[in-house]
Amino acid sequence: MEAYVQKKSAEELKPPLTSVGVIGWVRSNLFKGWFSSLLTLIIVYCLWVIVPPLIRWAFIDSLWLSTGAECQQSDGACWSIIPANIRFIAFGFYPYDEQWRPFAAMALLVALLFYSRNRNHWKKSLAYAWILGLFLMGLLMKGGLFGLIPVETTQWGGLPLTLTLSIFGLTAAYPLGIAFALGRRSKMPTIKMLCIVYIELIRGVPLISLLFMSSVVFPLFLPEGVTINKIIRAQVAIILFTAAYIAEVVRGGLQAISRGQYEAADSIGLSYYLTMRLIILPQALKIVIPPSVQQLISAFKDTSLVVIIALFDVLRTTQTVLSDPKWMGFSAEAYIFVALIYFLCCFFMANYSRKLEKELSTEEH
Amino acid sequence: MNEETAKSTDMQAMAESMIEIIDMHKWFGDFHVLRGIDLTIHKKERIVICGPSGSGKSTLIRCINRLEEHQRGKIIVDGIELTNDLKNIEKIRTEVGMVFQHFNLFPHLTIIDNLALGPIWVRKIPKKEAEEIAMHNLEKVQIAEQAQKYPGQLSGGQQQRVAIARSLCMSPKIMLFDEPTSALDPEMIKEVLDAIIELAQEGMTMIVVSHEMGFAKSVAHRVLFMDFGQIVEGNTPEEFFENPQHERTKLFLSQILH
Repeated sequence: MEAYVQKKSAEELKPPLTSVGVIGWVRSNLFKGWFSSLLTLIIVYCLWVIVPPLIRWAFIDSLWLSTGAECQQSDGACWSIIPANIRFIAFGFYPYDEQWRPFAAMALLVALLFYSRNRNHWKKSLAYAWILGLFLMGLLMKGGLFGLIPVETTQWGGLPLTLTLSIFGLTAAYPLGIAFALGRRSKMPTIKMLCIVYIELIRGVPLISLLFMSSVVFPLFLPEGVTINKIIRAQVAIILFTAAYIAEVVRGGLQAISRGQYEAADSIGLSYYLTMRLIILPQALKIVIPPSVQQLISAFKDTSLVVIIALFDVLRTTQTVLSDPKWMGFSAEAYIFVALIYFLCCFFMANYSRKLEKELSTEEH
Repeated sequence: MNEETAKSTDMQAMAESMIEIIDMHKWFGDFHVLRGIDLTIHKKERIVICGPSGSGKSTLIRCINRLEEHQRGKIIVDGIELTNDLKNIEKIRTEVGMVFQHFNLFPHLTIIDNLALGPIWVRKIPKKEAEEIAMHNLEKVQIAEQAQKYPGQLSGGQQQRVAIARSLCMSPKIMLFDEPTSALDPEMIKEVLDAIIELAQEGMTMIVVSHEMGFAKSVAHRVLFMDFGQIVEGNTPEEFFENPQHERTKLFLSQILH
């Protein structure tokens, strides 16, 4: 082998122009080889065909604040259907003059949710704020006190109903699901058996049939003269259904925790309850954030199934507007709007879960 | 302090027994892991247990704080007999510290929170005081500057020292070490052994499952050799290493002492 000694150290050069900047990016991402170039051209052509007409329909030829009759004359999108009917879509059959009340209740809810987003705000006072807030929301919706006209729950509808069903559904289902997951791993055979039977029974049945049962079968078991509010029955059905799914998700997280963690907790003398609360659940729940949020998003969208027991959630109120002869034929616009509402809520949840995951990560700080 | 004099002064304090194990048996399913263990451990006594894997040495010390349940015989720790009574078990566990082969720190908590957890929730000590206890013990294992980090950010040796400090925060009367250096890189073994030796010099009663024979020689009052769920031989380290009696012990020593 020949001996080698470096004579002069190499100086630092700029990379060639064609490999950096815009040109470099285009070359390496859009036109790398003939196949990728072909795909790029096909996609550009498809976009050329689809996007301009879509923009034309949605924005240029569209009507935003017109009557239904004017819309019939136009080629563009008739967004007017939304401002013209927004109060019915949002609040359903809630008395027209009182609709500021559900609006205020929802504003309060959204404010609380946004405030709770920041984990630094998670203190005892926040819990009291939620209790007070929920009480106020209930009062606003139902009335009957402080000169507010009572409004029957049968008149509730639209967004407040969707939000009530989902938020109570999800917040109640999560702890219940955790309890079932722990129960299923319990060493006590009776509890274990009960939890397995419950989870498997509920998972084996579609939500629709549970909702039917809650509205048709369940009243048969009640003594005569006793009725339980339909919304509450649907709410309970949603909670029980979601809890079974959450239970399995959480169980997956529990299984990921090594035996060493239990042993370490045991060896410093922590009780079962404290071990779960301080050691096991914080780790397990962190692991299952993505599948939990997935479950919560899907449960949120499933609340729209309550239409089948004649509850007017936001999807149903929109359909009702579409059956009005004045606005017949503009279902695309109305459904796009409802889809947007659902999307915003789901996006909020997904976004929050990502943020939470990042905050709870202990690997890199 | 001279090792020999340290040992002999400790000997005088050892009149009382700390752990008493009488004809203790344990089965895993059909497998008879521990076959009649009789062992008395005195106050301030330090015992090193060695033996081939599967001989039941880990299981034996795990029975002492009831991580494993024994099926026959008696175990009495500091005057309390281990039964199914949960209150008894929790009480014994607060008096018996345990250090594991794989550290088992709580990865979602900072080092200081790992340490303060036991004092706060089990001993019901106010948070501030508990953190003082935690810092004191971290200083003892020379790792105080890492208090705000998470376990995943420390090296194996550092994690094991944290684990030792965590046990010490409960002010245990007995410390159990289950192969504390087996999962460590060679260059980290010394720092962990040093921490254990320092504890030994303070007069802690301890049982160490270990194959570190140098450590056994310098620290132990008694070395036990286990095989097939029985204690085959137990003696002072001098006698044990220089003059083993049982054939099985001789074979074992010849294999590990090259």
